[in-house]
Amino acid sequence: MTPLLHLSGLTKAYPGVVANDDVGFEIAPGEVHALLGENGAGKSTLVKMIYGLVRPDSGEMRLHGQPFAPHEPRAARAAGVAMVFQHFSLFEALSVAENIALGMDDAPETDALSDEIRSVSKKYGLTLDPDRMVGDLSAGERQRVEIVRCLLQNPKLLVMDEPTSVLTPQEVDVLFETLRRLRDEGTSILYISHKLEEIRTICDNATILRLGKVVGTCVPAEETSRTMAEMMVGTELKSPTKRPYQPGPVLLEVKNLQLPSKDPFGTSLRDVSFSLHAGEVLGVAGVAGNGQDELLLALSGEEPCEDAAITLKGAAIGSKGPNHRRLQGLLAAPEERLGHAAAPDMSLTENALLTGHARQRLTNKGFVKWQATQNFARAIIQKFDVRTPGAGHAAKSLSGGNLQKFVIGREIMQRPDILVVNQPTWGVDASAAAFIREALLELAEQGAGVLVISQDLDELMEISDTFAVLSEGRLSRVRSASGVTIEEIGLLMGGTEVDHAAA
Amino acid sequence: MLRLEARPEPSRAMVILTPIIAVVATMIAGGILFAILGNNPFTAIRIIFWDPLFNDMVASYTRPQLLVKAAPLILMAIGLSFGFRANVWNIGAEGQFIMGAVIGGGTALALYPLESPLVFPLIIIMGGLGGFLWAMIPAILKIRFNANEILVSLMLVYVAAQFLAAMVTGPMKSPVGMGFPVSRNFNEYQSAFNAELLSNTGLHFGVLVMMAVVVVGYIFLTRHIFGFQIRVSGQSARASKFAGVNPHTTVALCLGISGALAGLAGLFEVTGPAGKLSTNFPLGYGFTAIIVAFLGRLHPVGILLAGLLMALTYIGGELAQFQMSIPAAAIQVFQGMLLFFLLGVDILVNFRLRRDTKSKEAH
Repeated sequence: MTPLLHLSGLTKAYPGVVANDDVGFEIAPGEVHALLGENGAGKSTLVKMIYGLVRPDSGEMRLHGQPFAPHEPRAARAAGVAMVFQHFSLFEALSVAENIALGMDDAPETDALSDEIRSVSKKYGLTLDPDRMVGDLSAGERQRVEIVRCLLQNPKLLVMDEPTSVLTPQEVDVLFETLRRLRDEGTSILYISHKLEEIRTICDNATILRLGKVVGTCVPAEETSRTMAEMMVGTELKSPTKRPYQPGPVLLEVKNLQLPSKDPFGTSLRDVSFSLHAGEVLGVAGVAGNGQDELLLALSGEEPCEDAAITLKGAAIGSKGPNHRRLQGLLAAPEERLGHAAAPDMSLTENALLTGHARQRLTNKGFVKWQATQNFARAIIQKFDVRTPGAGHAAKSLSGGNLQKFVIGREIMQRPDILVVNQPTWGVDASAAAFIREALLELAEQGAGVLVISQDLDELMEISDTFAVLSEGRLSRVRSASGVTIEEIGLLMGGTEVDHAAA
Repeated sequence: MLRLEARPEPSRAMVILTPIIAVVATMIAGGILFAILGNNPFTAIRIIFWDPLFNDMVASYTRPQLLVKAAPLILMAIGLSFGFRANVWNIGAEGQFIMGAVIGGGTALALYPLESPLVFPLIIIMGGLGGFLWAMIPAILKIRFNANEILVSLMLVYVAAQFLAAMVTGPMKSPVGMGFPVSRNFNEYQSAFNAELLSNTGLHFGVLVMMAVVVVGYIFLTRHIFGFQIRVSGQSARASKFAGVNPHTTVALCLGISGALAGLAGLFEVTGPAGKLSTNFPLGYGFTAIIVAFLGRLHPVGILLAGLLMALTYIGGELAQFQMSIPAAAIQVFQGMLLFFLLGVDILVNFRLRRDTKSKEAH
């Protein structure tokens, strides 16, 4: 049988880096094919070539045995290739149907389109009301909008980039059901993910990329997550060892924290209460958009609240700004690396100054001690194994994993009493993720309180001592992490039965 | 088809070379323009860039003019550069320049004929204050109502010009001006006159202030946490908030500093080179300062050089108009080219051109 998509010798070089080097594999009709690899392995470049966003320097693609060289996404779509991106491109103030119409090359009338949406969503088990505003939808529902938009064009190949990163476990099950139906109808799926368990569940074959080259193929069902991860990284991985948790004194106490969101589509924090002890790793789970960003902003001091809502080592600090809190030992690392945790065009030295100047005493009467700052940056780079030619290089020139190591390292090196991190390993390769988790555990072991906000349940299960779920801006009761099942958490994350499950 | 592709890290050497390349390109394109107009391009370029400084026939007059023209441009551009780095877009330096001249100059007129060594310091303060307060209008509207500071500051230029006109036709009109809409001449008022400190150099008190501002500006930008915070604010609002910078403070500081410096420039100009308040007083320095700020890479030392260069094209341009009867509009085009080439080269430093050779064969 002719493969649906045949790739051979694909090469694409960017200044200073060969993103894809002689890449070739094939996807059969009705096959779910996984594309595995660390960040920077060249997955996105490859997918962009298939979708017509990037043109290969050399090599050949064949679709149904015919030469296939899309020069733009429209051409790729016309040939039957559809793509669901990791980051959605939806307008929050428009309805589902309007959003779908905007993304189609020849959209039918609104009524007809709404009917089509209903029938497609029913057929594939993707509940979706075409008249609802996208701004009111959960991340999972938004993804359905993207998927339905693709399905309306009857694709032969559906490319999905990290589709489950924003979903609850239950939503993941629904998604997989849909993907299976599509596969059974003969649609091929190219599935890109870091989550190896998922790949084992849903994918028939996997191609593994490392540094732009194909380093192996496997049948995921016959491998373990560990063996696949090792193929990806090229070395053996060690998983962090957890020490027994004995709660120390309360370091941080949050009581009835209310924070109305300034963004009309943001989430307000409602009545959030918890305490964080010395030596504790508190994991906060939840689906994206349920108040994670807001919780971090409230704790870092970027969004002040009532003084009494946050007590740090006995002092009420709710109205205090970030630098006051840093001096008192409360440090934070936000989710968005470029543009929030770090200034993209600034050097690593300057980025070290960004959060380090108060606590590390990098200024003298307002004048910056550049030599000391550079030494601080170099210490972070060395201790946290940040791969960069030097501290003078811009933050944006680093890969995601390396920048994340720098950002987390910058805070840990300041010896915080409390560290709040949001999505510490999001979009980070497996070895860097393991390194970061290890560093967080080590910090807790030294007596700091660590609050980890994450959407990666496996991560939270691995490192948390205690556990809570953030749903629609409310935080569930904090419970011990041992003995919680993924199903239970999933229900909490979906916002259902919060009271019942927490009771 | 040609495409722009972002370079991961622009070369440092190129960033510094950009203005020089832009000047050379302007000379070439300007030369072509002058040739089309029927003038000898080499003579024209020589008259603009060389004669004002080194031609003995004219240099005794034009050389001092260099500092006189450059000082207000540099003073204002440095103030603006802080804001531009922080994404605070004060486009209304011209208005703050006028208000500095009117408030500071008006104070002097009110005190006339009191002779005292305190008059000059007082009117300097009032000039700076006038520009500062005028710039606080867009600042407050921005902070309180999130009003766009570009529009507000720009509109206030025209308000300031009308205010100036009302003053010189009314309260500030010279009693000895034979009814013309001009104020009393400041060189008749010793205590308020911003005289040349060394004869035939163009060096007046404002030039000293300008030089001090270049030095202080440089130190603050590169060595002080304030300069750092401004640079962070310009790169990413969220990162600067995370770093503990209050965005409202940044807006107020940037507008306040640029307004005060523009006000000072206006005061030094009106009490010295211009000599009097009149409806012809605004010459567009406040707008030219925006070009100077960018030509100087928003860096104090760069701005110093860019201001001198810009002043040179002004003086040389006038000379070329005078000697070769090149139309004034052609000179303005020439100056415009400078900014055009600067921005153009800038794009090529940050992006590379790539040719999509294969786009034709695809369907």
